[in-house]
Amino acid sequence: MSIYVDIEKDLGSFRLKTKFEAGDETIALLGASGCGKSLTLKCIAGIEKPDRGKIIVDGVTLFDSEKKINLTPQQRRTGLMFQNYALFPNMTVLQNIQAGAKREKDKRKRQEAIDSVMDSFGLTEYAGRYPHQLSGGQQQRVALARILVSNPRILLLDEPFSALDSHLRFKLEQEVRQVIRKFGRSVILVSHDRDEVFRMSDKIAIMANGRVEALGAKADVFADPKTRAGATLTGCKNISAVRRIDADTVYATEWGISLKLPNLTDQVTSIGIRMRRIRPAPGENTFRCKVVAEIEDPFSYTAMLRPIGADEGAPLGWLMDKDKWLQIRSDEVEICLPPESVLLLHD
Amino acid sequence: MDWFPLYNSIRIALISTVIIFFLGIFAAYYIAKTPRLIKGVLDVFLTLPLVLPPTVVGWLLLRILGPKRIIGSWFLEHLDLKLTMNWWSAIFATTVVIFPLMYRTARGAFESFDETLAYSAQSLGLSNTYIFWRVRMPYCRQGILAGTVLAFARALGEYGATSMICGYTPGRTATISTTVYQLWRTNEDGSAMKWVLVNLAISFVVLLAVNMLEKKNGSRRKGGI
Repeated sequence: MSIYVDIEKDLGSFRLKTKFEAGDETIALLGASGCGKSLTLKCIAGIEKPDRGKIIVDGVTLFDSEKKINLTPQQRRTGLMFQNYALFPNMTVLQNIQAGAKREKDKRKRQEAIDSVMDSFGLTEYAGRYPHQLSGGQQQRVALARILVSNPRILLLDEPFSALDSHLRFKLEQEVRQVIRKFGRSVILVSHDRDEVFRMSDKIAIMANGRVEALGAKADVFADPKTRAGATLTGCKNISAVRRIDADTVYATEWGISLKLPNLTDQVTSIGIRMRRIRPAPGENTFRCKVVAEIEDPFSYTAMLRPIGADEGAPLGWLMDKDKWLQIRSDEVEICLPPESVLLLHD
Repeated sequence: MDWFPLYNSIRIALISTVIIFFLGIFAAYYIAKTPRLIKGVLDVFLTLPLVLPPTVVGWLLLRILGPKRIIGSWFLEHLDLKLTMNWWSAIFATTVVIFPLMYRTARGAFESFDETLAYSAQSLGLSNTYIFWRVRMPYCRQGILAGTVLAFARALGEYGATSMICGYTPGRTATISTTVYQLWRTNEDGSAMKWVLVNLAISFVVLLAVNMLEKKNGSRRKGGI
């Protein structure tokens, strides 16, 4: 295992208790702000000290409360990148890179490493500029180059794209993906953006309230996010609390409808269905609904539907391609919620 | 005109500013890291000389540095050194009086520092000493320079504590401010006026320097993150 983390930290009003591991791959910590994902990164980098636990990277123990091991941030060699990139404002691009290379004591090797990243990140033409003279994308490139020249064991990326305009994001994401592929070791990506996480990572840990609520390959986590918070974070918009009626029936209290679902367990307290997974009737769990609103996106429509007979409560969103909605558009539609698409969730 | 008071004032101010530059910065840096309660107490204690009348500072200094007091008598006995009534005795007075100016401006500057810069630097393997001098200090340069210049100006004008601890001996301990007082007392208005003009000129240059420093730094940081 290339990264193993099992730590606890009590901050009074907030308790962090994270545990996850990953190989030479990208693991994303997906969570809302304040869930402890950035704090976890800081603990790995040695900026914050956990109360208890263990952090092992590439076979090197960075922190172990039982064995009283607590390496300094300098000894840990974790390549930590903040969302503001933290370039030294008083140094030029070249000086920033040189500062990153200081760990290498051999002068010739150091110069080679500097030349190599300056070249591969295309920084030579900006070498003499100061960070504030660069665009956001260029700053990110310098930050990545500075980290890689420091020869880290692991990359820790804290919301790497959130400071960028959306049109730049897509392009830079691809650049960062290439950097990650070349790096070839563990990468931890912290983000609250499920699309970004899905595109960038191999593995996902969903975090809420300082805990890892779901951990697994990204496809598995999206298919079964397990908790209500997990469903929300992976982008499921239709979620309702449920009351059990019998062995295979629940009443969705927020939608005002009953559904027949196999595989129910006592743990299930909520269910969810992604907006694209709703199907037109016929099928199982069929409901006639009133269209209460229609939301137009560039390439799709979302119909907001309220089951007939359920006057109160939240409407269900049904997302589909434009032409499809235009074919069936009316004031009332009949839909089905296929049991295999319903997410079974607990709190 | 005897220029000794100008020379004496400037050397006292320069030496005490150099001392306070380091003392103030290190106090600000380390106190910022202490728990809140200790920070509060130390803060009050260290800022006290700013609000105390200089005569009170002078009196307190004489209580410990005077020839018959704890520290003063020790130096006199073991090193045959009298700590008061020398030109350099004024440095004790000026350092105490200007310390809070440097300490508070440096602390304000450090508090505005973006800690992610330090965290990133540590992760890159840079030593804490390097980070302090090459990242933190340049980032906070504006505030620290302003504090240094203000402290220097204040040291140059110190009167109360200085006159108590080193008196007024022409050609030996006279500073600009004690000279002006002495000339006024002896009704030599013409000479007093000359020193007042010298003092005004110095203050003007110092304040101009502060303003120019701020402008220069302001334009450089603009647009940065």
